[in-house]
Amino acid sequence: MGWLTEPFVFGFMQRALVASVIVGVVCAVIGCYIVLRSMAFLGDALAHAILPGVAVAYLVGANLLAGALAAGVIVAVGISFVTKAGTIREDTAIGIFFAAALALGVVLISTTGGYAVDLTHVLFGNVLGVSATDLWISGGLALVVLLAIVLLYRQLLVVSFDPVFGRTLGLRTHALRTGLFLMLAATIVVSLRTVGVALVAAMLVTPPAAAYLLTRRLPAMMAVSALIGVVSAVGGLYLSYYLDVASGGAVVLVATAIFVLAFLFAPRKGVLWRLRRPRRVRAS
Amino acid sequence: MNDLLELRDVSVFYGERAALDSVSLSVSHGAQIAVVGPNGAGKSTLFKAMMGLVSLRRGEMLIHGRPASEYRDPVAYVPQREEVDWRFPVTVSDVVSMGRYGRGRWFRRRRASDLEIARQSMERLDIAALAERPIGELSGGQQQRVFLARALAQEPHVLLLDEPFTGVDISTKEAVLGLLSSLRERPVTVLVSTHDLELASARFDEIVLLNGRLISSGSPEEVFTEEHLQAAFGGQMVVVNGKVIAVDQCCGGDGHGTHGHMQNGTP
Repeated sequence: MGWLTEPFVFGFMQRALVASVIVGVVCAVIGCYIVLRSMAFLGDALAHAILPGVAVAYLVGANLLAGALAAGVIVAVGISFVTKAGTIREDTAIGIFFAAALALGVVLISTTGGYAVDLTHVLFGNVLGVSATDLWISGGLALVVLLAIVLLYRQLLVVSFDPVFGRTLGLRTHALRTGLFLMLAATIVVSLRTVGVALVAAMLVTPPAAAYLLTRRLPAMMAVSALIGVVSAVGGLYLSYYLDVASGGAVVLVATAIFVLAFLFAPRKGVLWRLRRPRRVRAS
Repeated sequence: MNDLLELRDVSVFYGERAALDSVSLSVSHGAQIAVVGPNGAGKSTLFKAMMGLVSLRRGEMLIHGRPASEYRDPVAYVPQREEVDWRFPVTVSDVVSMGRYGRGRWFRRRRASDLEIARQSMERLDIAALAERPIGELSGGQQQRVFLARALAQEPHVLLLDEPFTGVDISTKEAVLGLLSSLRERPVTVLVSTHDLELASARFDEIVLLNGRLISSGSPEEVFTEEHLQAAFGGQMVVVNGKVIAVDQCCGGDGHGTHGHMQNGTP
């Protein structure tokens, strides 16, 4: 069993493990809402939109995660505000902000020169470079997001499942939506070091999608999703250590493998299960 | 003044088109009212306005004498067709339990009474056996009953049902009618929109006849006169052997064509 513990004699590997587990859980849990509300595009867009924040933080020598969080909040509120005006559809608003922020990020980064290595780390993650400060920021944000998801469980369930009913109960659906955007932005910042902005969308979508196939109720879906997220994160880290491959990519590939297994073999919802028994004819 | 619900000069516009034009109405506690009129008469809009889902151009709405905008808790609403994602991972019991959420109850721990009310609501609509089933596995009629049970679990004073008899199976139709009879004892005020004039006349105390504006309201005998039906349904109405038959374009263009509704008469 020595191979299990061997990687973690190093301090940077211990921090990488903690960071990966945090990301695995928080992405997988909030990702359930992303998957159920078909907001995968938003997740990807928000992830790319935090680039200018990272660039500015780098230019002024501030903490990269703090810069990313600021940019994420601005973009999340911006998309929410433009959508509320009602003249532009949400996916269009997301596309506009996404492209503008990404362009701004590229322009800012191009002014710095010799930044290629750090940019790669932002795009694809560098879990081995996680500092103790990063860990505290990530852990704190993750805790806030998970707490909000637990406290607002009923509201988020109702606005996700049946927004019209939510309005008749006096729920402020737009405020909740903005809140969900903000939580998503925080989650992406948490994931920045581990999987990077290019791959965080996978961590938001793949474990919840696999969990959806394996469960029937939202709380179970969230729990199974978190488990898949953690298994992917830790498994990916081992793969990365022993095969000497990029950790962010390894984590996402493990999650994808789990999804494929669920897609094929899940009871009731899996492809093979459905082949075995003809689809029930619905009497609607 | 014992009016539960009062509409004063309510107007709703979609763009420049008036969906509801100066509708005034007062509804007494415990009444069961059928809202009828041709398609596009504003039946659904009336309910949406009552729920605050569309804004009023003019007029006001009072519930228990208070403005509806600040006090809508006792009103439950079941839309014509729920626009929900049927693949969402919730069970029948989860959906009905949502009826126990609401103002001041979002953060409260669920009480035994909440569970009991949800259970009774499911039993009332004969879906208790389906409690743990995902809603996506149900038939259309069963799904409709789930949302009726959720509305019931809200313990409303006023229940708004938009076209509950359209596109459902016979047993669901019977279940809804049974529910309406049992609600008389509570009493719960019920407004039901329907294009079935015969049913409206046979099973409801009062009729509200709309066509953008309020044509007439009162007992079926008062409302279903030739003159009123002519005003609501226009040239689509014919009178045969003293029996009034209003012909409207039923069912919102889903291919049913025209239907005849016979009123106050036997063949």
